[in-house]
Amino acid sequence: MNRFAALLDRLAYEPRRNAKLALIGDYFRMTPDPERGWALAAMTGALTFRNAKAGLVRGLIAERTDPVLFGLAYDYVGDLSETVALMWPAPEGPARNEPPPALSEVVTTLTTTSKADLPKQVAAWLDHLDETGRWALLKLITGGLRIGVSARLAKTAVAGLGLRDADEIELVWPGLKPPYIDLFAWVEGRGERPEALDPAPFRPPMLAHGIEDADFDRLDPADFAAEWKWDGIRVQAAAGTLPDGRRVARLYSRTGEDISPAFPDLVAALTFDGAIDGELLVLREGRVQSFNVLQQRLNRKQVTGPLLAEFPAHIRAYDLLFAGAEDLRDRPFADRRASLEGLIADMASPRIDISPLVPFATWEGLAAARRDPGAAAAGDDAEAIEGLMIKRRDAPYLPGRPKGPWWKWKRDPMVVDCVLMYAQRGHGKRSSFYSDFTFGVWRAASAGDELVPVGKAYFGFTDEELAQLDRFVRNHTTNRFGPVREVTHTAREGLVLEIAFEGLQRSTRHKSGIAMRFPRIARIRWDKPPGEADRIEALEARLKG
Amino acid sequence: MRPEAKAGSNSPDPLFVMTADADMVVMRPDDLLQPTPRGLYCPPADVYIDPVRPVARALITHGHSDHARAGHDHVLATPATLRIMAIRYGAGFAGMIQAAAWGVPVAINGVTFTFHPAGHILGSAQIAVSHRGLTIVVSGDYKRASDPTAEPFEVVPCDVFITEATFGLPVFRHPVAAGEMDKLIASVRLFPERTHLVGAYSLGKAQRVIALTRAAGHDAPIYLHGAVEKLTRLYEAEGFDLGDVRLAKEADKKALGGAIVICPPGAMKDLWARRFPDPVTAFASGWMRIRARARQGGVELPLIVSDHCDWDELQQTIRDTGAGEIWVTHGQEDALVHWCDTQGLKARPLRLVGYGDEGEGEPVAAEATA
Repeated sequence: MNRFAALLDRLAYEPRRNAKLALIGDYFRMTPDPERGWALAAMTGALTFRNAKAGLVRGLIAERTDPVLFGLAYDYVGDLSETVALMWPAPEGPARNEPPPALSEVVTTLTTTSKADLPKQVAAWLDHLDETGRWALLKLITGGLRIGVSARLAKTAVAGLGLRDADEIELVWPGLKPPYIDLFAWVEGRGERPEALDPAPFRPPMLAHGIEDADFDRLDPADFAAEWKWDGIRVQAAAGTLPDGRRVARLYSRTGEDISPAFPDLVAALTFDGAIDGELLVLREGRVQSFNVLQQRLNRKQVTGPLLAEFPAHIRAYDLLFAGAEDLRDRPFADRRASLEGLIADMASPRIDISPLVPFATWEGLAAARRDPGAAAAGDDAEAIEGLMIKRRDAPYLPGRPKGPWWKWKRDPMVVDCVLMYAQRGHGKRSSFYSDFTFGVWRAASAGDELVPVGKAYFGFTDEELAQLDRFVRNHTTNRFGPVREVTHTAREGLVLEIAFEGLQRSTRHKSGIAMRFPRIARIRWDKPPGEADRIEALEARLKG
Repeated sequence: MRPEAKAGSNSPDPLFVMTADADMVVMRPDDLLQPTPRGLYCPPADVYIDPVRPVARALITHGHSDHARAGHDHVLATPATLRIMAIRYGAGFAGMIQAAAWGVPVAINGVTFTFHPAGHILGSAQIAVSHRGLTIVVSGDYKRASDPTAEPFEVVPCDVFITEATFGLPVFRHPVAAGEMDKLIASVRLFPERTHLVGAYSLGKAQRVIALTRAAGHDAPIYLHGAVEKLTRLYEAEGFDLGDVRLAKEADKKALGGAIVICPPGAMKDLWARRFPDPVTAFASGWMRIRARARQGGVELPLIVSDHCDWDELQQTIRDTGAGEIWVTHGQEDALVHWCDTQGLKARPLRLVGYGDEGEGEPVAAEATA
């Protein structure tokens, strides 16, 4: 546990990717099986403990500290594990002499101990470990280490042990289980390549770069095809058949998370063998619904019949990675597209359709389609379009974000001038900075104009601007509500923020009756008096339907 | 001396209340000291303590720039604080200056002010304000941990204790500073070719870090940023032996590999710092206890060395003073006020604006990104 804790501690302070890789690689080289395998599982998010969750940790600290003080401390630190590790009271009695538990012992015990016995066990470990050890143990229990190490980075470090490529690890990964003895044996040249048994594994997706005006001069429109960029969720639908004839079908998020349980309606429609790349959308009567509607389907713990009926999920497909067992990723986009069209036509599923190509001859022509998708054959779905994807016809499907083959060209955001009303401290990297901003616009009220909150933004600014905003909040606080500060917001005094957003929805949950999609701070208008910020009517005029 | 009996809670709040044992009229604390936009004001004496704007008469607790500002007509402070202010603002930083000796009462319009060591930095003082049987101690910034470069904190019994709360949360438990210096020296041994760039506030923290490094057996020259050097020379003039310290900008580039260089936090991301190839960036501050804080500033080697009390020391000091009423200012007021409540102590936050811009005050932009 000590060595693992030391690794996490070092990683937490190391911003450089290559240095992180070196640290993880060194750890893998110096640490025997199965210890290093459990560490890899922790870093790739492969460990979950049925009985050991954040709630257990909260319960333990609640028994030992003042709840108000804990609340204030947690709000300040912004990380449960770190708060508890720092606040944990020193145990009474003599210090223990035996070494702290090994990582494998911790993992095994967390898996096998009953729910009733676990709190006592975890408390005993916390008494025994030092601050760094406590922090690492709690990170393990609460899941999600959040130390700036992605699963991909950890796999890259494993690949580095045997001069292999991380993509090779990804291919065998779905068939592997912690503590990955066979994987380490293979990369270190001591064993066979593990069988990729899973017929529906996740493949790392290909991502696009944002296109800039200057890029168009260097690109020939004839080399590219364009599709609408849908305002949904990027998914990968993979399906296949096991040797014993059983069907396997899964839906993955962009990061490889298996989200199948939330979409039984869609998983049932994955009757093909292969892997489709596409957008998850909610369609009603053939019409794509806004992201707000989709969001109501997401993050539900219970997937009920009425939910499925009210929010039917669809896939709008735009790429085909595998047709059966055949890997299409080396083929040009145009070829893959042709295969995809054939597959979708054969399936004739009401749940899966194809994302149409947007015809164009010149960049100017494409710009016109971007300005007005409704007139460019997107029809009723125009509201759910957030821009265009531009793809090289001859490009293979390359995992990661290669520069050149795929571009995204988002619609220009809408902007509105709002007044800063409240600020809240951020979490994680921004803990203790006031970085979550609630802003409002003017509306008429019985006693004259008043500000009504219309949204909340926590990005869009540079680090330097964050520091300026933080300072503004501290110097203009008029009221405090726990972690939230109210700041001056009168017609004459206050701060105007230019807010960019992607769309508006009516909302009964917001006081203003309006919800913004993807709001962020486009500019800080230090120059503008709050009285000149926008009025609610400006937003209402943009609401449709 | 403390008020034995307050007027009954039902009676209207009188300006003065009678003690049970004497016919002496005891002041209400709020009439002796009150927060104003200019700083803490004492109406009967007509003086301000650590005013943030120019005033006729100022009493200064210590030399950090958020407490000690230029432009007052008359300044009363300890000799070391006066010398620090003269170095920072020039000899004419105030119309008139008056030195306060440790423990010697100074009467102003019938109010008695006594300066006692606060242990925060060289010359830092708590100011005990006494009038008509009431004593309020304004502790300024203070610490209890040992510091070879500051006069040790002295407990001053009082009725009302005004405490800072920079680290007023139970997550702040400062380790022994010597152990943190061992981390720095171990890293110098591990990376003998890399410059160790240590961010430390130029007044107080920098000199403490130098002294601690010397105590840990590090004899090599230590290189300083210009702002740090100026104040370090003052410490030397005050009689502190800080070993071989040199200006970094005059150093041969080769000599800087493996050397410890101390600069103000703001300089770490500055052009100034680019002269050091591949440095190890360290930062000496109580804030380094919080990982996110170190990461925000790109600090690789966090050194938890603070010139403020940690949570346990704040509690200890409040108990030691025997004060029945606690006023809590700059920092995490809410948690400390809550703790006082649980201990049966009357406590309230004192919202003073303008502190925490130097030293380890609540981090604002310049420091948190440094």
